Amino acid sequence: MTRFSLGKYLLPTYVFLTFLFLMIPIGYTFAFSFNDSIKSNIIWRGFTLDNWLNVCDQAGVCGAFGNSLLVAVIATAVSTVLGTMIAIALVRYRFKFRSATNLLLFLPLATPEVVMGAGLAAQFLDFGWTKGLTTVIIAHVMFTLSFVVVTVKARVATLDPALEEAGRDLYASPIQVFWKITFPLLLPGILSAAMLAFALSFDDFIITQFNSGSVDTFPKFVYTAAARGIPPEANVVGSFVFIVAIAIVIAVQVRSAMKKRKLLSK
Amino acid sequence: MAFVAFGSQAPAKEQGPSKTGRVALFLLLPGLFYLALFFITPLVSLIITSLKAPSATGAIGRYDLGLEFGNYAYAVTQYAPQIFRSFSFAVLATVIALAISYPIAYFIAVKSRNRPLLKGILLTLVVAPFFISFLLRTFAWKQIFSNDSLVVNVLKDIGVFGADSYIIGTNFAVVFGLVYNFIPFMTLPIYANLDRLDLSLVEAGSDLYASPSKTFRKITLPLSLPGVISGTLLTFIPISGDYVVASRDFLGGPDTAMIGNVVEANFLRIQDYPTASAISVMLMATIVVFVSAYVRRSGTDDLL
Amino acid sequence: MATEFIARGQDLELKGIRKEFPGFVAVDNLNLKIPAGEFFALLGPSGCGKTTTLRMIAGLESPSKGEILLGGKDIAGMKPHERPVNTVFQNYALFPHMSVLENVAFGIRQRKLTDPLSKAEKALAMVELEHLAQRRPQQLSGGQQQRVALARALVNRPSLLLLDEPLGALDLKLRRQMQIELKAIQMEVGLTFLHVTHDQEEAMDMADTVAVMNQGHIEQLGAPEVLYDRPKTAFVAKFLGQSNMFIGKVTETNSETTSIEYKGKKITGLTKRSEKVTGVIAIGVRPEKTYFHETQPDDDPGLNILGPGEITDIRFTGVSNQYQIDIPGIGVMTVFAQNVGRSPVVELGAQVYVSWKIEHSFGLSDLPSGVEEEH
Repeated sequence: MTRFSLGKYLLPTYVFLTFLFLMIPIGYTFAFSFNDSIKSNIIWRGFTLDNWLNVCDQAGVCGAFGNSLLVAVIATAVSTVLGTMIAIALVRYRFKFRSATNLLLFLPLATPEVVMGAGLAAQFLDFGWTKGLTTVIIAHVMFTLSFVVVTVKARVATLDPALEEAGRDLYASPIQVFWKITFPLLLPGILSAAMLAFALSFDDFIITQFNSGSVDTFPKFVYTAAARGIPPEANVVGSFVFIVAIAIVIAVQVRSAMKKRKLLSK
Repeated sequence: MAFVAFGSQAPAKEQGPSKTGRVALFLLLPGLFYLALFFITPLVSLIITSLKAPSATGAIGRYDLGLEFGNYAYAVTQYAPQIFRSFSFAVLATVIALAISYPIAYFIAVKSRNRPLLKGILLTLVVAPFFISFLLRTFAWKQIFSNDSLVVNVLKDIGVFGADSYIIGTNFAVVFGLVYNFIPFMTLPIYANLDRLDLSLVEAGSDLYASPSKTFRKITLPLSLPGVISGTLLTFIPISGDYVVASRDFLGGPDTAMIGNVVEANFLRIQDYPTASAISVMLMATIVVFVSAYVRRSGTDDLL
Repeated sequence: MATEFIARGQDLELKGIRKEFPGFVAVDNLNLKIPAGEFFALLGPSGCGKTTTLRMIAGLESPSKGEILLGGKDIAGMKPHERPVNTVFQNYALFPHMSVLENVAFGIRQRKLTDPLSKAEKALAMVELEHLAQRRPQQLSGGQQQRVALARALVNRPSLLLLDEPLGALDLKLRRQMQIELKAIQMEVGLTFLHVTHDQEEAMDMADTVAVMNQGHIEQLGAPEVLYDRPKTAFVAKFLGQSNMFIGKVTETNSETTSIEYKGKKITGLTKRSEKVTGVIAIGVRPEKTYFHETQPDDDPGLNILGPGEITDIRFTGVSNQYQIDIPGIGVMTVFAQNVGRSPVVELGAQVYVSWKIEHSFGLSDLPSGVEEEH
């Protein structure tokens, strides 16, 4: 083998091995969701579907999962709306304090979660607010907002202002222009922002732990359970979420590939 | 010379329109007000709390307003090892993650550029770890490396490990876990940058007699620097505040605690809010100084 | 807004329009009247305010001052979607998420008129694209997109159609073809067209009337041939083709002719073709109105004669030859000679005289900028 062909295979081999490495814990979690465990889920004791079929039998898992879903749905909705509005304003309008606005949006991205979590908790303490689902949602909207702005802003920047002007020229009022032209064209960007916000919110632990009081979310349930061993039902929930997320990603990719192909064929 | 024969001339640029006013305010204010209320004022709360004194009544978890700068001195002397460890771990894990991620990003963005299917699969695989809970993946590593696990037993059998060696609880395990969890955060921004790289520039480099490695160092790497910078920030910042990986219930041990663990313990377990807040404020201040210096030096002001 | 607009074009009148942007004035005291049914071109370099003017008429920009009258009614305060005016945008601005047919039907749907789709189909048939109705705009070629944009505007039967550099994105050959089609469609539908362009050939080819704009105001307005033959300002002379220009003090003027002295030579033009007959003025002549001679022509009060000079450059452009003639003490002149076999055959370096009829001179109201005056 010459030196040249070695170099040619080196990078793909490396990439393959790294991806294998990345997949190990995922495979492990998935496999142990089928473990016929008794007390702890550490040693493989045999294959069973019980954990999948009776996932809610494990105290707290489904409740925590439900809370995570509820929090993620509400927080995503709020931060997507607020973030999209900001993104449109940033690209389309001139206003004073632009650099201050940019800084305010950048800072949450540059702040460690533990600082945001402790800060909010300190504020809720000062206000005398009881921690619960509401405070978790408030926190999640806060830390996902900037991610939404960044994602949607990139999409707004690709939108030709002449399209909206053409809409106004063709007898559409500003509100009609927004719903018939701006919104449909921004939708892919808004959807990916919403998916990102949902994923961030659903998987968040640190900020949640500081602001949830006695409410359990799924990551918090796993953290608490870790001390005595995580039950296989948690693996079931994690694997289930993984499968759904991957399915969505693949569906989106296939759809955009088909759309591209359709457009290319004249 | 008063004598001219001239044709049409090249013109100046027409300035584009601008919209301002009430609509912009309507769009901006709700979100910015939200951030002011739930991001900025909490930071102020944090500073105020960091200066509070123990309650005169002596009740646990009760503090009075004050200007106790001693809280900071106490936090620093008490937790110097954890503070030092946090930044060492964060720097080390960021550098290792960069070394692992760059070739992956390069392969996806440059080598797979003309194979959309492969590219789509690889990108999905990079983000795949995001889709399984951060805590579950970290816990999976704990079990894979636990004391009687296959990995450890094999290492013992082949003589790499002594009979009483272990992985979980060591600095190695924590840095390993941090690197693993943040590879996607490092890979994606570098990928996004390299994906826009104009390959004709690289070709021009080799055309001008630069060797492949020289072309990479002189052209590809400098051009991808903005991606590397956002990647390192997206990795370094969360790592410096993380406390899950270093927790004793996950990959950490008695001597691996980081700043995050200290804040968590002080805030949520022993309710020493002033100390927890003082450490948070210092962490935040360090990050702000670090980020602004880093961003300024690398000349990418427009990160957003 | 379900009112049916008038099917015929309407008069457009701009009165004292001014538009200020932070830091500069884009349009200043603009007055303009376009009769119904006319094809009117607003011509000027980019930055001259022509696009801003168009955007103000469309309602996409609001004037700082002035009135915009359409059919005698002031529309300056109306929102774009309330105006019976439609625009063909520079890069067409077709909606990428709608089919070609839905693009064309958009305006009709917004106005809640009957049969949006059949009206859109008719409009597409007019531009010969009915077979592409179900395509997406991205699947069409540039010329096809341009026609869809035209159909999308025309289907609304606007009182006034605005065209913002509609042919700018097309290649030369397609542009010529679209110019002819556009003109034919305008004649067919009889609407008022306002065409904004920086391409003087395009404006001269298609428009009934051309207004040349410069730095926010109209320099000159008139039929294309008048503008070319009798430019009133140095800017218009320069923007609409080439000219030879002489600047000097007026030495004699009467009701018939006006002469200046230019470097010891007398240059004469007709007084009625001079904007100014006192002080220092500029007299010009188009290169194709000049002739050269191998021998010195006889003195003639009806001719301006310069020379002899040396031919320093000859360019063949097909229909004509372009000569550069360097006349000592005068400078370089440009002469176009038709390639019809009547001009003398001359070679590079030949000594020639240049002449033109005094009725082909034009006198400008201002002096070309960047040129030193001769006293």
